[in-house]
Amino acid sequence: MGERVGIEVSLAAAEAVKMANVDVVAAYPITPQTHIVEHLSELVADGELDAEFIPVESEHSAMSVCCGSSAVGARTFTCTSAQGLALMNEIVFIAASLRLPIVMILANRSLSGPLSIWNDHTDVMSIRDCGWIQVFAENGQEVFDHVLFAFRVAEDPKVSLPVIVNIDGFTLTHVIEPMEFWDEETVKKYLPDFKPVNQLHPDRPVTMGAFGLPIIFTETKKAQDEALIKSKTEILKAWKEMGDLVGRHYQPVETNDLEGAETVFLTMGSFGETVSLAVNELRSRGKAVGQVRLRLWRPFPFEELREAVKGVKRIIVIDRAISYGGPGGPVASEIRAALYKERTMPAITNFLCGLAGRDVTPDDYIKMYEKTEKMTKKKVREEDYIIYGVRE
Amino acid sequence: MEPLNVYASRLITKKEYFTPGHRACQGCAEALAVRLVAKALGKNVVVASATGCMEIVSSPLPFTNWEVPWIHVAFENAAAVASGAEAGTKALIRKGRLTDKGTVFLGMGGDGATSDIGLQALSGAFERGHNFLYVCYDNEAYMNTGIQRSSATPFGAATTTSPAGKLKPGQVTWKKNMPEIAVAHNIPYVATACSSYPFDLIEKVEKAARIQGPAYVHILSICPTGWRIPPDKAIWIGRLAVETGVFPLYEVEQGKYRLTLDVGELRPVKEYLKPQGRFRHLTDDLIAEIQKRVTEEYDKLKIKTTL
Amino acid sequence: MIKSEEELTWKDLEVGCVVSDAGNARQYKTGDWRSLRPICDKTKCIKCGVCYIFCPDMAIHKTEEGYFEADLYYCKGCGICAQECITGCITMVEEEE
Repeated sequence: MGERVGIEVSLAAAEAVKMANVDVVAAYPITPQTHIVEHLSELVADGELDAEFIPVESEHSAMSVCCGSSAVGARTFTCTSAQGLALMNEIVFIAASLRLPIVMILANRSLSGPLSIWNDHTDVMSIRDCGWIQVFAENGQEVFDHVLFAFRVAEDPKVSLPVIVNIDGFTLTHVIEPMEFWDEETVKKYLPDFKPVNQLHPDRPVTMGAFGLPIIFTETKKAQDEALIKSKTEILKAWKEMGDLVGRHYQPVETNDLEGAETVFLTMGSFGETVSLAVNELRSRGKAVGQVRLRLWRPFPFEELREAVKGVKRIIVIDRAISYGGPGGPVASEIRAALYKERTMPAITNFLCGLAGRDVTPDDYIKMYEKTEKMTKKKVREEDYIIYGVRE
Repeated sequence: MEPLNVYASRLITKKEYFTPGHRACQGCAEALAVRLVAKALGKNVVVASATGCMEIVSSPLPFTNWEVPWIHVAFENAAAVASGAEAGTKALIRKGRLTDKGTVFLGMGGDGATSDIGLQALSGAFERGHNFLYVCYDNEAYMNTGIQRSSATPFGAATTTSPAGKLKPGQVTWKKNMPEIAVAHNIPYVATACSSYPFDLIEKVEKAARIQGPAYVHILSICPTGWRIPPDKAIWIGRLAVETGVFPLYEVEQGKYRLTLDVGELRPVKEYLKPQGRFRHLTDDLIAEIQKRVTEEYDKLKIKTTL
Repeated sequence: MIKSEEELTWKDLEVGCVVSDAGNARQYKTGDWRSLRPICDKTKCIKCGVCYIFCPDMAIHKTEEGYFEADLYYCKGCGICAQECITGCITMVEEEE
């Protein structure tokens, strides 16, 4: 078993990257990702991590450098937030189409404007369709575990896709938590050396990134879609193996307190832990409330979600991003779409909250629940989404 | 004139790493430049290409004209991708997972990809000191998208976004001096070349490839389609560019300038401008302005070679 | 011979749409682009190879006798070889069809 360490989650993330024996780190500083990258550069400077640390001149170049280094067969890592992600947007899509197994920690932060350094999910929602595998961590331990998970899954020759690990900015990055680090031996068992499916090397010259004429483009997209969908098999395997090795068993959709639950809260990321306090309180008051936590965002876990909410009458979906003039938060839209063809479709109430770091307390969740109780009683046609707590 | 003596073909390697069957226009001297660079570098190279003419004509899925490892990611990041390939390989060699074969890392892009949209990535790669070679194939406009102006388009040239009209004389700004920008980054080797002088080009690329650290070669690539000249005149016009001083052939090693071809007394710039349709609209006054500038710049360059 | 673009299915594509058959574009016939073709007067040819060096399409090859001939599968008829030929032994003539 590994040692238990009380440390800032950012530093733990960097330590996990170090344990993965990464070859190249290319990153550009942006709050709140900075501590991860700073610690990695310290580890390299001290010789604790043998890697090329490339202080690029922009995030666009960060992802481009990652493409180059992953393409020659180097284990590659980067890290960014919000505006940095927006700047590398173009290359994020391309990296997935090239099937390069880059691992990125996204320290979730709100997209401008107005400028904000604080946490929400607008950044990751802006790349929903990019083709990367996307998971969410809820606490420091999950962050550490999922860095190793990410390399393992990304580089699996049956997958060969880049992976994003979403960790809430400040709420996770800048908080000290007790975490169990893995020991070297366990990492070795879990994470094999990187053997790329395709590699730029003079001994076997290949062309990467050829352009697609209309006659062939559709086929390339189908191939990419299938790759992402099928990656779920290796994702589940990687989680199972992790569970066997370190005793923490992760699932695409996790649930608690579902017995007798008529209403469930659905969250992604660190808000889940706060919601569980509200659920505990509500259940102690005799309310039939439960909780669903979405861990795997892409490929979307349709079966697991449908199974989790079977028999539930209402889902309160907590979104931390907005689609202006659209049908609501992105998560709620996808939940609605996933359940559309089910025989009974639960009511779905979508609360947008926690935008750019605004605190959402267990009390707020209790208020949200009470609001939905009223709506059920009144039987009125509900709004598609509610921006919770906005001062009007 | 460069001594192209008999048996010239024996002086360069036979193998074509950039294969025939590419879709460049007839008479494309940029394709010729790519061919010569590929001959100079041989098989031990990894190429990161920007989006542009040479990328499009050589990589229509499922075909490729490249017999060396080649990657295209996007328009403005060839230098960044090359940096990544170089750094990744360096790490893998140091960690014992790859043997050091002295592979050359080449970033290549057109003038737009280099001096406009890709300038930041190139500057970053230079500053970080990666051991790579960047070659700019300068056909003096965004040719692949239909001949739009770039910062490398020369003063007075007509392009689709700097057309010659009643109020404007074509391009109103002077060509951005990319080799000087490279020199300003204090990199060990910078050179200019033209496919009309193949041996000079090959020697420079071979030299640049041997350099430890960043190297930059700027190749004037004549585009008959965009410059509005008959395709068979591509090499001939390149010679005139050099002989009139519009595009001098020089190299800068560790900051020391050297003309690699001293053309003696410069021919009048008019001889270079007149045969090109893109300069057809120029008045005598404008030509005089261009002549003045070319002479000034050439004199400045000659002074630098004496320092 | 690989499948033509119209026949390729998504399963035929390599991972990441990589092309591992290096240089397979050699099968693309650019020769039918041309409207002029180069003809060499061998009595004047000095076998210098200048035409070979300047061909942007790598469409000139050396024969066993040491002369340089245009490879009509690729030759686009740009005329650079004729223009650059030192002795002027190459002329561009109209394509027959």
